[in-house]
Amino acid sequence: MDLVHIHFLLLSLLVIFSILAALNIRIIKAAILLAVVSLLTALILFLLETPLAAIFELSVCAGLITVIFISVISLTNPLTREERIEEKAKTLKRFVFLPGIVLVCAAAFYMLENSTNFIPIGASEIAVAQEGLWNSRQFDLIGQIIIILAGVFGVIVLFKDNKDDGGKK
Amino acid sequence: MTISLIFVPIILVILLNIPRLSGKTAYYAVLAFFIWQILSVFFPFTGSQQLAGLIGKVFTLNVYADGMSKIMIISAAIVGFVSLITSKAFSKYDSRLFSLSNLMLLSFAGINGLVFTKDIFTMYVFIEVIAAASYILISLDKKDGALEGGFKYLIISSIATVMMLFSISLFFLTAGSTGFAEISTAIRDFGGNPVILAAVMLFITGLLIKGGVIPFHSWLSGAYAEAPAGVSVFLGGIITKTVGIFALIRILYLVTGFNENIKMVLLITGALSIVIGAIMAVTQKDFKRVLAYSSISQVGYIVLALGAGTAFGVAAALFHVFNHAIFKSLLFVNSAAVEKQTGSLDVDSFGGLGYKMPVTSGTSAIAFLSAAGIPPFAGFWSKLLIILALWSAGYQGFAVLAVVASLFTMAYFLTLQKKVFFGELNPKLENVREAPLSLTACAIFLCALTIGVGLIFPYILNVFIFPAVGIM
Repeated sequence: MDLVHIHFLLLSLLVIFSILAALNIRIIKAAILLAVVSLLTALILFLLETPLAAIFELSVCAGLITVIFISVISLTNPLTREERIEEKAKTLKRFVFLPGIVLVCAAAFYMLENSTNFIPIGASEIAVAQEGLWNSRQFDLIGQIIIILAGVFGVIVLFKDNKDDGGKK
Repeated sequence: MTISLIFVPIILVILLNIPRLSGKTAYYAVLAFFIWQILSVFFPFTGSQQLAGLIGKVFTLNVYADGMSKIMIISAAIVGFVSLITSKAFSKYDSRLFSLSNLMLLSFAGINGLVFTKDIFTMYVFIEVIAAASYILISLDKKDGALEGGFKYLIISSIATVMMLFSISLFFLTAGSTGFAEISTAIRDFGGNPVILAAVMLFITGLLIKGGVIPFHSWLSGAYAEAPAGVSVFLGGIITKTVGIFALIRILYLVTGFNENIKMVLLITGALSIVIGAIMAVTQKDFKRVLAYSSISQVGYIVLALGAGTAFGVAAALFHVFNHAIFKSLLFVNSAAVEKQTGSLDVDSFGGLGYKMPVTSGTSAIAFLSAAGIPPFAGFWSKLLIILALWSAGYQGFAVLAVVASLFTMAYFLTLQKKVFFGELNPKLENVREAPLSLTACAIFLCALTIGVGLIFPYILNVFIFPAVGIM
């Protein structure tokens, strides 16, 4: 099996697991399937020789985010059997166009690839660009810190018990 | 100035939280920050430069202020100021005022970062900063409608986010960098390439979704109408204008440039937004929903001006962004005043409120006239510029449409003014009084700006608007 076949296999698995994650009505299973999608993405990124992106994908998306998802899901009440059956029918209806959209996107990308005369930047140049990207992104880092701060406020404001609002008037 | 306007809100958030101070202290600190933000544009010696020098020793940030960013930070600070005062009038609890003040500071760190950056990825990060703070601000009251509005905004905005991120990866692939200048060069060199075309199309579509332009408007009315009163002022006045429209102006002006396809997309979406926004505004029964759909229509004018594809068109769009921020904030402040005094926003339940709330009624009438483009108010001059820009660019049909649609604007605003403030007083409203001083003072201040900018428009154009786009 050469590298092209491995890429094809991984990309096919990525699409299949993404669809399964979107269609699954058990939210905990959907979160686990999403973690598998992240894992596959990390593998693809490793094969594309971008280890830094792969490690981030693996640690943050497959790891940290899945832990947060599962922690939050564990605080919620699961659906009853009847609710699950009802929800399943709704979900299938909601995503009836999903396979069609996937096929259209695949066809569009196939055509885009064939019609383009653009030659991507070589791997060595990307490595230089990557170096620049990580050394000159302090401004983005500040933006990301602010997003985390906003998230913290969001959790405090939206999930804190209402009785706390009755504090100081 | 640039670095300090990004760092000071973050430093303030830290100082307000460690140790946690009261909501009132946070409120006054944020108001002071807004005043300082405006002063730092006109008087850089007020500390912003010295502070920037200190921060610059630790961080290396590739940011700088130009004419466009100055216009936006002035507009943002004015809208933020009145929005916070409006919020205070509705805040029953200290903790709510504290959270709101902090979230507004975080939004401002995002707004200032967005307007000063010259890098498409940094722009994306700061758009997300503003969006993250906005979701929470909309849902702050935890009422069902507000949570639904915030959630809808989150979901639709996420679609735009994915499109923009994918577009940035394509830009990076072709340009080897995410700087505006490098991407602009790549677009010039590989203009007809499908990868570049896809990237441009995805990014512009993402920004149009964030700006709530037709046909991407479905989130906007719910978010504006269900958000707490002060947050509606903030959202309607500046948030969507910054994350959607200002970012669009920046990308079109500094990165992609204008070609016939881009111009046609902008002209058609702009025209659709003007007409459909106006028609939908006529049919609404909720005061804030009328204003929300009116925002879609007014944003349509801005997009239409950009569709002219000239520096004059961009100048007209920028001027209308500023004017819209002022008169739309005024209208949202007045809707807050009406809600505060009557407990309702249903326009059919009012009538004759002008007798009881003369300041609110008078300032609303001026804001309506400015929005409809009646001289000598500020809105007239920016609409006139839009029409002239379209006409001189050869799009006479769209210029005529802009004039005709102004009549529509006039129609729905006159209907609203008549239903709410004119006519016989509804007996149920006999005990209603004028809004509290904080709200009427905000309304008078914004009203004075609308009249003042209209009267000194040559100065505004020559000193701020035209130099920002290189005309002069």
